[in-house]
Amino acid sequence: MRMDGQDLDPPPQLPVVAFEDRMATLEFRVGERAHIVVDSEVCRSCTTKACVTACPANLFAQTSDGGILFNYEQCFECGTCYMVCNSEGALTWTYPDGGHGVVFRQG
Amino acid sequence: MPENVDGEEVWDAVVVGAGPAGSAAALALARAGCSVLMLERGPFPGSKNVYGGVVYARVLDEILPQWWLEVPVQRWVTRRSTMIMTGHQALTVDIRAQNWGKAPYNGMTTYRPDFDAWLAGKAVEAGAELITSTVATGLIRDDRGRVCGVRTDRPDGDLRARVVIACDGVNSFLAKEAGLLPAADAAHHTLGVKEVWSLPPEVIEERYALGPGEGLDIEMLGCTRGIPGGGFLYTGHDTVAVGVVVSVKGLAKAKVRPEDLIADLRAHPAIAPGLRGADLKEYSAHLIPEGGYRTMPKLATDGLLIAGDAAGMCLAAGLWLEGVNFAIGSGLAAGAATAKAVREGDVSATGLASYRTSMQANFVLSDHKRMQDAPKLVLNERLHAQYTDLICDMAERIFTVINPEPKPRMTALLRRTVKDHGVRWRDLAKDAALGGRIFR
Repeated sequence: MRMDGQDLDPPPQLPVVAFEDRMATLEFRVGERAHIVVDSEVCRSCTTKACVTACPANLFAQTSDGGILFNYEQCFECGTCYMVCNSEGALTWTYPDGGHGVVFRQG
Repeated sequence: MPENVDGEEVWDAVVVGAGPAGSAAALALARAGCSVLMLERGPFPGSKNVYGGVVYARVLDEILPQWWLEVPVQRWVTRRSTMIMTGHQALTVDIRAQNWGKAPYNGMTTYRPDFDAWLAGKAVEAGAELITSTVATGLIRDDRGRVCGVRTDRPDGDLRARVVIACDGVNSFLAKEAGLLPAADAAHHTLGVKEVWSLPPEVIEERYALGPGEGLDIEMLGCTRGIPGGGFLYTGHDTVAVGVVVSVKGLAKAKVRPEDLIADLRAHPAIAPGLRGADLKEYSAHLIPEGGYRTMPKLATDGLLIAGDAAGMCLAAGLWLEGVNFAIGSGLAAGAATAKAVREGDVSATGLASYRTSMQANFVLSDHKRMQDAPKLVLNERLHAQYTDLICDMAERIFTVINPEPKPRMTALLRRTVKDHGVRWRDLAKDAALGGRIFR
């Protein structure tokens, strides 16, 4: 802190974490089977598409025709997507096969 | 070892999930002389698990005396803070207790892969079998509908058991299959997202005013853009974890990305200086069951018990935020009840009834029952949208010296602040009374 009556130092510069860098901190043992399957046809009629913003791994993207594109590979297996999903049958959610999926080290 | 019944191996118990609930159940069963098999879907126990701050492990005193001599601890928590904040203010209640830094200790920070693997190891030492990298994909029932085993994703993977204990976590597919949990319940779950940042231990100790090995845990309110929930920060040996926990329903409605909420928190003037120069080590996320006693499922059916997060055992009571101890407590009770039922030859829901009664007699269900209205308060929108701002402004006004004006009276200040925030006295009185009832 300055003691000469001048303004305080500016706040510290905070690292902005790019999403790829954020996900690169994790180990994923990707299985061959997609453990979450999205029926994009059902998603087209969804008005909220809450999965797109709520998924902490950012795995859901809206397609130009109003459907949903989903990538299972970097999934936390948290379950937020099916909890917020309001269209019956849009999401089929299982755990990845044994030994696969995310491996937390400092959870 | 499992018993051979008509050419088929039958375990006294198959425990699904080697988290704290499952390992505690398996440990209790093995100690009681039962054959017990634990299944873990991850490559090692704890690999799928995330927590948000502090493990209170006194629940282990009886079954693992002096557990603190060997538990994989990061830091012993000697500072516990509750911070109420807005974008530019923070009001902190900070408790320091040096007693918490010596045996038998109070809370610790840890990494769940370390802690969970340690506890699972205790069960294995006691005689439980552990199979990792295996998913329990469904329940097996006998011709009368009683649960008598699980299917797994291994070839020839059916496992027969007298009792199945589902400790398969917040998304418990086994409890859902058994009809004990709803398919989805966004209203009673929160999402926790966390970042772990690395810093040298001596920097952590200097910035957070800690002695060597001592830890800090901060629980925060008002840092979630009005979404019901809160924030947390806690220190590891050479890491600082920071994150938020938000109502799943509120998050969906707000259309905010979870990592943006952590970024907000990290940029807060009360938080940012502590993290200066740190490197991101891990980002993680997990659901938390926060419905408490009122939404807790039925805990037993014929041949099946559920424990830990699968049974909604997290205590999210605002003032107290605990989970791992409740998972262990329910696991120990499930193990003991199963051992008793097997011994007495009755594994029906009636035969397993001591599971519930033993938890009613100790902290697990006593605390949950007492705090049953806490979720109503904790996830109250007024608390997050109005009260945090009101409290911070009130505090700022009390300590803002406005000479040459004289100091305003406290009652006048409160009236003005309440009015400025559009808070109705009727709501405030109602919510304060609810808080008083819960925490009395």
